Amino acid sequence: MSEYILEMKNITKEFPGVVALSDVTFKVRKGEIHALVGENGAGKSTLMNVLSGIYPYGTYSGEIIFKGAECRFRNIRDSEAAGIAIIHQELALNPFMTIAENIFLGNERARNGVINWDETNREAAGLMKRVGLSEKHSTLVKNIGVGKQQLVEIAKALGKNCELLILDEPTAALNDDDSDHLLRLLQTLNREHGLTCILISHKLHEVIKIAHSITVLRDGKTIETLDNSVPVSENRIIRGMVGRELTDRFPKRTPKIGEIGFEIRDWVVYDPLDEERIIIDHVNLYVRKGEIVGLAGLMGAGRTELAMSVFGRAYGKKISGTLIKDGKEITLHNISQAIDNGIAYVTEDRKTAGLIHIQDIKRNITLANLKEITNRFVINEDEEILIGKDYRERFNIKSTSVFQKVGNLSGGNQQKVVLSKWIFAAPDVLILDEPTRGIDVGAKYEIYKIILQLADAGKCIIMISSELPEILGITDRLYIINEGRVVGEMKTSEATQEEIMSIIIRSSAER
Amino acid sequence: MDRFRDFLNRSLRQYGMIIALVAIIIFFGFMTGGRLIWPRNVSMLVRQNAYVLILAIGMMFCILTGGNVDLSVGSLVALVSAMSGLTLTRLGLPSWLAILLSVLTGLLAGIWQGFWIAYVKVPPFIATLSGMLIFRGINNIILDGQTLPLSGLYVTIGTGSVPDIAPNTVPDFLRIGDLLRLQNKPEYLNTTMLVTGLVLSVIYVLVVIFSRQSKKKRGYEVQPLHLVIIRVIAFFVAINLFSYWLAMDDGLPIMLILLVILYGIYNFIANRTVLGRHIYAMGGNIKAAELSGVNTRRMMFLVYSNMGLLAGVAGIVTAGRLMAASPNVGMSFELDAIGACFIGGASAYGGVGTIWGAVVGAFIMGVMNNGMSIMGLDVFLQSVAKGMVVLLAVAFDMYSKSKSRLG
Repeated sequence: MSEYILEMKNITKEFPGVVALSDVTFKVRKGEIHALVGENGAGKSTLMNVLSGIYPYGTYSGEIIFKGAECRFRNIRDSEAAGIAIIHQELALNPFMTIAENIFLGNERARNGVINWDETNREAAGLMKRVGLSEKHSTLVKNIGVGKQQLVEIAKALGKNCELLILDEPTAALNDDDSDHLLRLLQTLNREHGLTCILISHKLHEVIKIAHSITVLRDGKTIETLDNSVPVSENRIIRGMVGRELTDRFPKRTPKIGEIGFEIRDWVVYDPLDEERIIIDHVNLYVRKGEIVGLAGLMGAGRTELAMSVFGRAYGKKISGTLIKDGKEITLHNISQAIDNGIAYVTEDRKTAGLIHIQDIKRNITLANLKEITNRFVINEDEEILIGKDYRERFNIKSTSVFQKVGNLSGGNQQKVVLSKWIFAAPDVLILDEPTRGIDVGAKYEIYKIILQLADAGKCIIMISSELPEILGITDRLYIINEGRVVGEMKTSEATQEEIMSIIIRSSAER
Repeated sequence: MDRFRDFLNRSLRQYGMIIALVAIIIFFGFMTGGRLIWPRNVSMLVRQNAYVLILAIGMMFCILTGGNVDLSVGSLVALVSAMSGLTLTRLGLPSWLAILLSVLTGLLAGIWQGFWIAYVKVPPFIATLSGMLIFRGINNIILDGQTLPLSGLYVTIGTGSVPDIAPNTVPDFLRIGDLLRLQNKPEYLNTTMLVTGLVLSVIYVLVVIFSRQSKKKRGYEVQPLHLVIIRVIAFFVAINLFSYWLAMDDGLPIMLILLVILYGIYNFIANRTVLGRHIYAMGGNIKAAELSGVNTRRMMFLVYSNMGLLAGVAGIVTAGRLMAASPNVGMSFELDAIGACFIGGASAYGGVGTIWGAVVGAFIMGVMNNGMSIMGLDVFLQSVAKGMVVLLAVAFDMYSKSKSRLG
């Protein structure tokens, strides 16, 4: 028997057009807390999905050895049976069931399909005690906070007798008290019960505080595994996370920047589900005409919420603040007003919110600006075809014709259709949310070129991206957003990835 | 060649249903020993099934918004017929005013449901289920279980046809019905019907030719000529054949004029207006539609209000044909309409379906109803057969979709 409870060897996982993991090796010692860090898109979640059987054996290459035996998980049940439990960022609890029911969901205390409620409740109470939950087992999950829901998830994992617990960004949605409690609980479970943990986190100070070792992933490759028995510095980790060279993955351009075209002042937004929770906290920012302004930050920093709340209140409650376009204040009550005022928002969620997959290319392109091709209620469908053809050629949308349904296009070409749609809406301000997510490198370059063309046409561009190299490669100026606030602003020419990361991490630590 | 195949695919999807309709007509034609296509029966078929067609048009929009249905339309037809009885027979209002008030009642009922669905967010299934109970209840309260006779314009709409402008002027060589022994009475040919059919079909041909010409001149894409010619000839023949058939009976039913106008209006709304486009968009992906500026609440409100309006029209038509307002009218009409839409190619998830499809689906339903009745099939067996057809139509749709995804 080796000292490792888990060895993942030479794991390679490809998606169409993208290599998500390339020859990754990852080893976890028995009884340690092992942190897995890396930028968004570095492959952390993919690796964990391979481990937990979400990507079944055969869809990746490489070897997984758990407790000394090779494992070939076909699904998540297999990995759970082996003793591996994963807690995802989005909690998988049923809000309308009690804590006890949730703990044993899918793992019911039952004989011949009949649930033994006494046993369920007794065991649930025991597990809840272990994780420090003082609620009644009959409390509905929707009535407890996110922090406690996280504890229910851990109790659920313990109820499955797991030996290796994977936590994906467990503290991302928690406040400091809840985070502290959770981290202490992990340490206790680890020390007293010998539970091995893999912790995925962006919060490096937490990682340094509780992890025994830290593995850094970058671009789907293992960069290094650091021993944290003597705490390493954050900068040391950051260097591993971002240390890649920038080649000319971005088109060249000489910006022609004009006066201020769009400004957001004192913008405040509350959570639509919890009106006490502030999501955007007094944000101020502006964009000049012809300028590309980046919003850098981690996932969940509030950038999408900011953008959508500005875009005709598509998100949030109790919104306050001022929007100024071309020197005049504008008020936007709904999305169609936003579009009429020359604002466009290209969603990060292309699949579920960007396109109508069952409709063809031309119809998707014209949807946000039908009045352009409408004469007294009547749509000119011939004009629509010409417009579709024009955009198809201009942006090189690879397709059989403009009559092809967008659901059959590749990700990059779908994104070009989304961009076409918003360019056809003729906005002055374009907010692009993760415009290159899930797109291969070649298509990315084409998308960048389109963005630069738009800027050169004098439009104000706000670009949200979680890939720092992209922000650095394409923007003129950038804001750093963290936890709903602007925590930094700088010219892109003067910015480095290390600096941005450390501003984010410092601002989290300050809170 | 790609363009040709693309076009062929699109038109096959468009006309596939017609082929199904023709097949069903031939089938029941044989099964009823030809009686199905007797002119007398064809003109009856049109009048008998007008309600399905009218309701199916409205229902198609409900389904397009996202697979939603309106369960209340049968009861609403009953309510409208009761209103007709109340205003015309009891209050003695002129029949045009009674019709207006009754249709307005339908519209108001639709607005009522649209309000709950769009602005209070009551799921359509539940809002219209309660509407189904409420409207039927009001019908019974108004009529107190009685059946009231209707007259005047009601009867004209329900059973009338356009008078023959010039009787007995059709030349003898056109009288082929006797040779084919298509009916059991000596042949009569209605000039009005023949002329209307001929004029409409010529207008159709001219419109197609001229719009193609002008499109070409302005540099828009046009369909290949030979396909256009095939289509034009097929439609020309179909329109004239149909009008010849009706001419052999009592000519042009007023109800048919109503149907053609309704079809024209709603087909136009669905295909050529921003409103229609927004409804398709929200059915395809409600989130994406909202983020593109579509006011989805207003769409829901309009669609259900319009369903009420059309149920009002269907109510007049039904009451007129029965020449009475009765407590039991409109039973399970909603199911006929929903069935017609799904037979006609609507997607149960919304976003896919055409008004043309609803019309063809309604005709398929109608031919089946009528054919099985002529065959003397037991009503319960008829119900089983209709249920099976709806099920198989949707199953076939699902199967061909999953096939195309694999291939």
